[in-house]
Amino acid sequence: MTAITAPLALRPIIERRAFVEIIMGMPISLHIKAIDVQRADIEQAAANVFATLRKVDDLFSLWRSDSELSLLQAGAVIAGEAHEWQAEIVDLCLEAEERTGGLFTAWRNHEGARPAYDPTGLVKGWAVEQAAAMLRVVPGISFCLNAGGDMVIGHGPGMRGVAPAWTIGIEDPRQPDAIAATVEVVEGAVATSGSRARGAHITDPRTGAVVCRDGSATVVGPSLVWADVWATAAFVDPTWARELIAGEASAYSLTVL
Amino acid sequence: MRRITLWLLSTLSAIVLLFSYPTSRNADTATAAVAPTDANATTDANATTDANATTDAASSAATQDTTAAASSAQDATTQSSSEPPTSSSASSSTSSSTSKTSGSGATTYAGDAVMTRWGLVQVQITVADGKITKSDVLRIPWDNPRDQQINSYAVPILNQEAVTAQSASIDMISGATVTSVGYTQSLQSAIDQAHLA
Repeated sequence: MTAITAPLALRPIIERRAFVEIIMGMPISLHIKAIDVQRADIEQAAANVFATLRKVDDLFSLWRSDSELSLLQAGAVIAGEAHEWQAEIVDLCLEAEERTGGLFTAWRNHEGARPAYDPTGLVKGWAVEQAAAMLRVVPGISFCLNAGGDMVIGHGPGMRGVAPAWTIGIEDPRQPDAIAATVEVVEGAVATSGSRARGAHITDPRTGAVVCRDGSATVVGPSLVWADVWATAAFVDPTWARELIAGEASAYSLTVL
Repeated sequence: MRRITLWLLSTLSAIVLLFSYPTSRNADTATAAVAPTDANATTDANATTDANATTDAASSAATQDTTAAASSAQDATTQSSSEPPTSSSASSSTSSSTSKTSGSGATTYAGDAVMTRWGLVQVQITVADGKITKSDVLRIPWDNPRDQQINSYAVPILNQEAVTAQSASIDMISGATVTSVGYTQSLQSAIDQAHLA
């Protein structure tokens, strides 16, 4: 008889908890939804997430002269001694350049000098994905890891089919105080590219000119590396990028605002 | 026989409950989100019973507010920057907004002050029953007349926006990293703080 009332009593209440740290010069927000968000394994996973991001920053930051990439470029470290991630990122940058038809590139040409290598645009998405892997092994949680507007959403074991959707507001690029659109994501990545406050920072690799268009491009899809790459490509040339995404990466959806 | 049927029924109901869980929870949040749109009134539980009516009322009120704010802002813009009267009241709201939160267990969370090209921007949200009921701009740059025009247009709408956004229960904000500097980032950090345990 008591078995009938048991399920009602067991009905869970989902809690939510946020962890925030400033890494790579931006606030990283990790939000966790679970029945008990105070679990020690969740806290450990969150610590691992931030440790991973800090490690990537130590290796790849071009704003810090003591990062491995800065040392590599200064000739203070030889390529054979570098972390294996360096080669992985170079490969990904080459692949991204090829798949986007040159709309994304990590190499900038300078007059009279050899091209400068700056993988920052790809490293961020890649780092967040590496960090999110630390959360996918934590049972019974759903998470959203947001690094300055680009995010990975996913869940741990035992949540397939029951993981909640996260509602992501996409900032209105012409009025950065307003939400222009929302998207519901249970698992996947959301990346937005645009140029505004810190000055136009995206250049068209084909011409070397700064992209003067205002607005933004948001891509939703399975991987943050590629969502980010496609968002950057789509900001440079929305029409061409839309064609490429339709052919190359049909799992990704593009919104140009 | 009776026991077997009972057992079967209980298993069945358990399974049904298990499967219906995420959907029913979403419905809960949807209706719950509607209730606190009326920010200052301490909403009683009865208010949520007629969900559709409340939604309609709330949303129409929201749109009216927005349009009203927009038109008044346009008025302000057309009058150009002849006098800067509203600026002082907005910048002094730091102290007043904190005092408002005494009633009905509402808590306020101030987001980080974020440096923008135009100056410091800081946002504060008021959370009651796990929902944002109000957002205030604590700090906003008012240095030159052009800023005042931009901000007098933007502020009322973005305050409304945070509440409307929450009624659609927004969890996170995506924007170009560079664009997020400013209001949205401060808003995100206020949302973060509301969930920091």
